[in-house]
Amino acid sequence: MASITVLAVDDSASMRSMVSFTLKGAGYQVVEAVDGQDGLDKARDRRVDLVLTDQNMPRMDGLTLIRSLRGTPGYQGVPILMLTTESSQEMKAKGKAAGATGWLVKPFDPKQLVSVVRKVVG
Amino acid sequence: MMMQQATQAGGQGAAAEAQANEFLTFTLGSEEYGIEILKVQEIRGWEQPTTIANAPDFIKGVINLRGTIVPIVDLRIKFNLGDPQYNQFTVVIILNVANRVVGAVVDSVSDVLTLAGEQIRPAPEFGGVLDMQHITGLGTVDQRMLILVDIEKLMTSADMALVDAGTVH
Amino acid sequence: MAQNSGQNDGDMAQFHAMFFDEAAEHLERMEALLLELDIERADSEQLNAIFRAAHSIKGGAGTFGFRDIADLTHEMETVFDRIRKGEMPLSPELVNAFLTSGDMLKALLAHSRGDGDAVAAEEVDALCARLRAFLEDGSGTASAAQRHALELIFGPFDARFSSKDVDAALSDLADFGVMQELPQDPPKKGGRKKAVERRFRILTEVSQSDMVDALGFMLPTDKVKVNALEPGAGSAGAQLVSGGAGDAGETQADGAESFGLFVDAATLPANRAAAAKGAQDAAAGAPAKAGVTPLRRDAKPATGAGASADAASIRVSVQKVDQLINLVGELVITQAMLAQTASTADPVLYETLFNGLAQLQRNSRDLQEAAMSIRMLPMSFVFSRFPRVVHDVAAKLGKEVELRTVGEGTELDKGLIERNTDPLTHLVRNSLDHGLESPDEREAAGKPRKGAITLRAYHQGGAIVIEVSDDGRGLSREKILAKARERGMAVSDGMSDAEVWALIFEAGFSTAEQVTDVSGRGVGMDVVRRNIQEMGGRVEIESAAGIGSRISIKLPLTLAILDGMSVRVGGDVFIIPLGYISESLQPTADAIKSLAGGQHVVAVRGDYLPVLSLAQAFNARAEVERYEQGILVILESEGAKTALFVDGLVGQHQVVIKSLETNYRKVAGVSGATIMGDGRVAMILDVAHLVGLANSRLGKAA
Repeated sequence: MASITVLAVDDSASMRSMVSFTLKGAGYQVVEAVDGQDGLDKARDRRVDLVLTDQNMPRMDGLTLIRSLRGTPGYQGVPILMLTTESSQEMKAKGKAAGATGWLVKPFDPKQLVSVVRKVVG
Repeated sequence: MMMQQATQAGGQGAAAEAQANEFLTFTLGSEEYGIEILKVQEIRGWEQPTTIANAPDFIKGVINLRGTIVPIVDLRIKFNLGDPQYNQFTVVIILNVANRVVGAVVDSVSDVLTLAGEQIRPAPEFGGVLDMQHITGLGTVDQRMLILVDIEKLMTSADMALVDAGTVH
Repeated sequence: MAQNSGQNDGDMAQFHAMFFDEAAEHLERMEALLLELDIERADSEQLNAIFRAAHSIKGGAGTFGFRDIADLTHEMETVFDRIRKGEMPLSPELVNAFLTSGDMLKALLAHSRGDGDAVAAEEVDALCARLRAFLEDGSGTASAAQRHALELIFGPFDARFSSKDVDAALSDLADFGVMQELPQDPPKKGGRKKAVERRFRILTEVSQSDMVDALGFMLPTDKVKVNALEPGAGSAGAQLVSGGAGDAGETQADGAESFGLFVDAATLPANRAAAAKGAQDAAAGAPAKAGVTPLRRDAKPATGAGASADAASIRVSVQKVDQLINLVGELVITQAMLAQTASTADPVLYETLFNGLAQLQRNSRDLQEAAMSIRMLPMSFVFSRFPRVVHDVAAKLGKEVELRTVGEGTELDKGLIERNTDPLTHLVRNSLDHGLESPDEREAAGKPRKGAITLRAYHQGGAIVIEVSDDGRGLSREKILAKARERGMAVSDGMSDAEVWALIFEAGFSTAEQVTDVSGRGVGMDVVRRNIQEMGGRVEIESAAGIGSRISIKLPLTLAILDGMSVRVGGDVFIIPLGYISESLQPTADAIKSLAGGQHVVAVRGDYLPVLSLAQAFNARAEVERYEQGILVILESEGAKTALFVDGLVGQHQVVIKSLETNYRKVAGVSGATIMGDGRVAMILDVAHLVGLANSRLGKAA
């Protein structure tokens, strides 16, 4: 059975490492990107099955990345989850408008992360 | 200059065990001694070392061993054995003990022997010139009697003046 | 230190080191930006950057369980969010509060790292309160500052849940307003038997959405509901969780997630996996069998390698770099030996060999430079702390100062960077304290009120030069000479300026009228010089009255290499670090005098210096019997001088320092060893020890 690839986009190396370590441990493939632009480049270079993106990043923020991905061929249906410390309604509305599939509030623990990813991509 | 790589690389399992019973034999004065082959890095001829300030007379100095600075101890002087000569026949055993590399000058080096358990007897009453605490036993091969030495303990002992008390590498 | 009870500490601990590094970088950036801010017309990009820095630290702190850090950064973030949105004005007090917060965060991080003492909780709370105070009186415009009532519902919790977090949350909430517990609802039908729910009413200015955010830190996000109790205070029933289908009402602490979906769960790939493949969008992410392009290898943090935010750099352990440099050093030595060996051969006959060796020498030197450059870091690492130091000290002294830095990109070995910080800090403080005049004094002297301190770094030959200069009053020749005479030092009016300035390096020397607590009692300059000498460098002073002063520090590019003078005693060669040598001379027989006790002294320009025979000190045999047949090398260390007697000089070399102690032990008078071109070992002299030895013997003999 082929494995599922998750693209983790976050400007914090420690967060990326944690997400990568956790999801790989659960059997997923993980690709890391350091900001929105990097995430977009990596998404164009390969097929990913799920995108997890932080919001506040240099060069290109999360919402812009989501919008750009939705405009990229092949990514209209790929689930994208926003990782955010801001759980306000306003942020959620923005995310929804940009085309996010859902959100996940930081801080989360590894088990929560795996469980969410499973719920979304199996 | 005779250079012999006496240590074998990477003995595993049975090979390592066999090595544990292999001894390099050398003469010092009128006695023959044996030391674990595993502690021997190589055997070299004599080269004039650079003297070390205010060192005891049996520490001849340091040499450049392929980039590492290695102190040389003349065991013949340390144990007051006759009149040491330095010529093309002089032998230096380069040892690897306690995470250090040190050299020891002896009278001559013989061969590497494998001793089976029954060939090793407990330490005798006498140890030649060595302190009894450095002797681990007596080996007998054919007609030869080898005084088996814990070379690591000997070289790191206080009176060998190579190691500062309390420093561990 | 509070820990997030939900995390598995063991799993998370491996990421802590990365978080600490990142947080430290964010803090540095934040401080630099704060100091650069123009309070009247702040650049919005800078404000955003400061906000992002606090936000990033908060995110990591929350994830990895450092609650105290998360709390403080949350306050900072809240305040700065208002500022960047233009809802609050910037002020010097606010900038200072932030600078102080940055300091406290550093202390909290250090403690979490195991590097420092704990910060008292009261101090953290006090700072948080101070930050919140800005919100109250500074919150000018739009956001609703009036109080409203919110209903907080915590739970339902099952028996496994600890009430500690709830209590902690309650005590934190007390800061937000007036809390009142409400009687519990009767248990829901079908709810678990031991499910416990607690309800509170809070009268607060905090908005509903901010309350939701705040509570997200204190309790699992699915265990809290915040409802508005009065109209006009926000939409009703904002929950932290909207939950996907079927999640509402779950009470297990580990089953529910704090996440939500914007789409129907049925459309998710996880649920579509069983559906016909053909009907789908190829990129929908159904378990794809198409070859996935090879992933970039992500190294685990434990190996010490990984990608930093600047994707063009990698982190490598220091030991690996040092080993590489060692090996390259070996190569250089081997190449030198080859060159030496070949030097006796006929160059015409062995032309190809000589060409090859010349090429080899070029290659090894290049390789050595490249290897050493790995350990090199730009001076900005040292300079970066000075804006803050200058800002604080200038404020304390009531002086106006502008700090300029030139040559921040000049590179220096990592080991030396660390050792330079203290000496430079002392020199800068000296300039601030003694060098620069007060604004009024400067104005009276026709200078601009703002003084200038310049830090400059540049490469010169095989060394790096670091200068600290100021445009202050300069050193006073008269005052220094007077002070020297007062202390009984042998000085004359005929001394050159350079010699007079060098006097200030004497221990305990300070001409400052009052001793201020900023730069201490003048115990610093001799320590500064000693530190520099220990690094193999030298310090020089230039000064002009009324114009300013400049102190230059010259250092070798790396600790592993030394510029030395080689000398001969008997059959051995010794290396003397160049930084300690004043001069060398061939004495005449009558210049040497004997003292009672067998000590010898030599007269050098009216000064009597103790003579130390290296052969005698090291118990070696000198070739030379009489002084006038050998050479005296005048050494200076920590203000004392000695004439070292040797057989002769050999030459000047740059040598690679090797350790004697790896396989042997510390030898008095020897600081290390090196391997010369002929392959032989040469000892490097510990000048400080020898000078001390000579002078103490002199003391006994005199």
